[in-house]
Amino acid sequence: MALLEVRDLRVSFDTPDGTVRAVRGLSFDVEAGQTLAVVGESGSGKSVATQTITGLTRGAKVSGTAYFDGTDLITADPATLRRLRGAQIGMIFQDPLSSLHPQYRVGWQIVEMIRAHDLTIGKQAARKRAAELLSLVGIPRAAERIDDYPHQFSGGMRQRVMIAMAMALDPALLIADEPTTALDVTVQAQVLNVMRRLQEQFGTAIILITHDLGVVAEMADEVVVMYAGAVMERAPRRDIFYRNHHPYTQGLLASLPARSGDRLTPIQGTPPSLISLPKGCPFAARCSHVFDKCSEPPPLADVGGDPRHQSACWLPHDVNEAVAS
Amino acid sequence: MTDVLLKVDDVRKEFPTHSKEVVQAVAGVSLEVHKGETLGLVGETGCGKSSLARCMAHLYDVTSGSVWFEGQEITKLSRKAMRPLRRDVQVIFQDPYGSLNPRRRVGSIIGDPFAIHGIASGNERKKKVQELMELVGLNPEHYNRFPAEFSGGQRQRIGVARALALRPKLVICDEPVSALDVSIQAQIINLLSDLQREFDLTYVFISHDLSVVRHVSDRIAVMYLGKIVELAPTSELFGQTRHPYTRALLSALPVADPDTADSREQIILGGDIPSATNPPTGCRFHTRCPKARLDCTAEEPVLEPVLTDKPDHRTACFYPLTVGEDLSTAVPDLKAS
Repeated sequence: MALLEVRDLRVSFDTPDGTVRAVRGLSFDVEAGQTLAVVGESGSGKSVATQTITGLTRGAKVSGTAYFDGTDLITADPATLRRLRGAQIGMIFQDPLSSLHPQYRVGWQIVEMIRAHDLTIGKQAARKRAAELLSLVGIPRAAERIDDYPHQFSGGMRQRVMIAMAMALDPALLIADEPTTALDVTVQAQVLNVMRRLQEQFGTAIILITHDLGVVAEMADEVVVMYAGAVMERAPRRDIFYRNHHPYTQGLLASLPARSGDRLTPIQGTPPSLISLPKGCPFAARCSHVFDKCSEPPPLADVGGDPRHQSACWLPHDVNEAVAS
Repeated sequence: MTDVLLKVDDVRKEFPTHSKEVVQAVAGVSLEVHKGETLGLVGETGCGKSSLARCMAHLYDVTSGSVWFEGQEITKLSRKAMRPLRRDVQVIFQDPYGSLNPRRRVGSIIGDPFAIHGIASGNERKKKVQELMELVGLNPEHYNRFPAEFSGGQRQRIGVARALALRPKLVICDEPVSALDVSIQAQIINLLSDLQREFDLTYVFISHDLSVVRHVSDRIAVMYLGKIVELAPTSELFGQTRHPYTRALLSALPVADPDTADSREQIILGGDIPSATNPPTGCRFHTRCPKARLDCTAEEPVLEPVLTDKPDHRTACFYPLTVGEDLSTAVPDLKAS
């Protein structure tokens, strides 16, 4: 059994303009010690999905199941979720500055987090643990810096503090929502390195939410490509890059400057509104392969008979070869 | 000899801080922008690339040094004297949300340059604005809509239309695609290159994204802490990287190709970018450079050609990389011998 099993997750929000269907039937598994990358552009539902699983969406209509170690996170009561969050499921977000309290020393914040979940640990022991964690994520002179405030750290260092906090109780799962998007590339390389190292050391499973296909290629074991709230394609990392099936996956890769010649090949048009989605394939309006059948919603089906590689597209599934890239 | 459109000579730009210190955003930069080219400006947060661009467009007064446009010094021009030149130098900004007034209709936003320079009014202005909208791929019928009714990519098209209204000679693009999704980013990059060809534009293209800069630029200047560390034609910069920082920057860029990602030796720089209020002595990169030697801490290297037969590839480094040199195994040696 997988560590986390999400089945047919649906999330919608009622707004004055209508119902926004942010996630429409998302299923995925996360295996222990593995990295699942969820990739998609703005509004694809990649962040809403994981926030819902951890009970962080308010005022949403939610259906489906998300079994984590035998507990359904969707129906779990707030107390259970609170116990799991932090202890079993660590989280880091894009902007470390707004995730840290500006008026408390970072050491205090980590100690507080440890003591909230572990009622037996003493203050001094928790503080010692906090210093260990900070040096584990590569903060120099951790024993001194533990008494600094968040503003005294750079962006990359703050993200390390967030990782230290998320890893404090040795969680089985780390959810990282665009963890390096706000960082410069040389700092991004450092932070990704820290995440890889911790995963090797502690066997943590990671859900990595990102829009950056470069980060996916560097970090992922499995990849889920989302568009307009639904999965377009899922596959092991190499299949997504070398044997992809869905025209959206192909379009994303073809848009990258590094993969084109003189002229870029963008995906024409813009994503559909999540309030008035088309009946059939959500990508049909921008797809160069569109045909009659696309007015019906395509199911997620195996590509080339491989159950680990699935694509939601009406194009034939028996050809297991790269079409565009 | 190529025509020089804009020249920056030993420009410095400093900003005072609350604690009476000074941030050296641009710390002595000289370069030329040639007519018809795209000059890429890359570097990480705080390296001074945007400040330099704003000095070029005379949106900032420089602290010292001079800026020349078509042979005329514009550094000390008053706002009024600068006004005719504003037609020739335009800027496209990063944030398609923050750079458009949300309460004004798109037609009037794009028409502003005509109004300010008293060029066209009434129906003539409307006609010109609609032509521009068509040119950048917007529906001219959306003339009366508000910015909020457009997506991020469309808003950036509005920014492009406004910048092109007066047929400028030089367009400074400050992170024009950084806020956009990758599929939309490609649309805007293609649009910019079409317009460049059609109107013979010169671009200064600023980005932190090396893959974007590589795609659009003829030449690239790499900045670190207010200085240019390497300046070269694009193919030279990537094929024959000389400066250790440039190499580290290239190596840190995640590549969307699993085989390359698995096989390459990444150079992961230690530490953070030092503060621009108190930059390191000597070479500003020495605190993070894998090849740093003692003399790098004492003296500042000059931006100059490594090889005399390649005068347009310039590097500011005492120990530039040789062909095929492996930087991933280098260790700094800062002890006195």
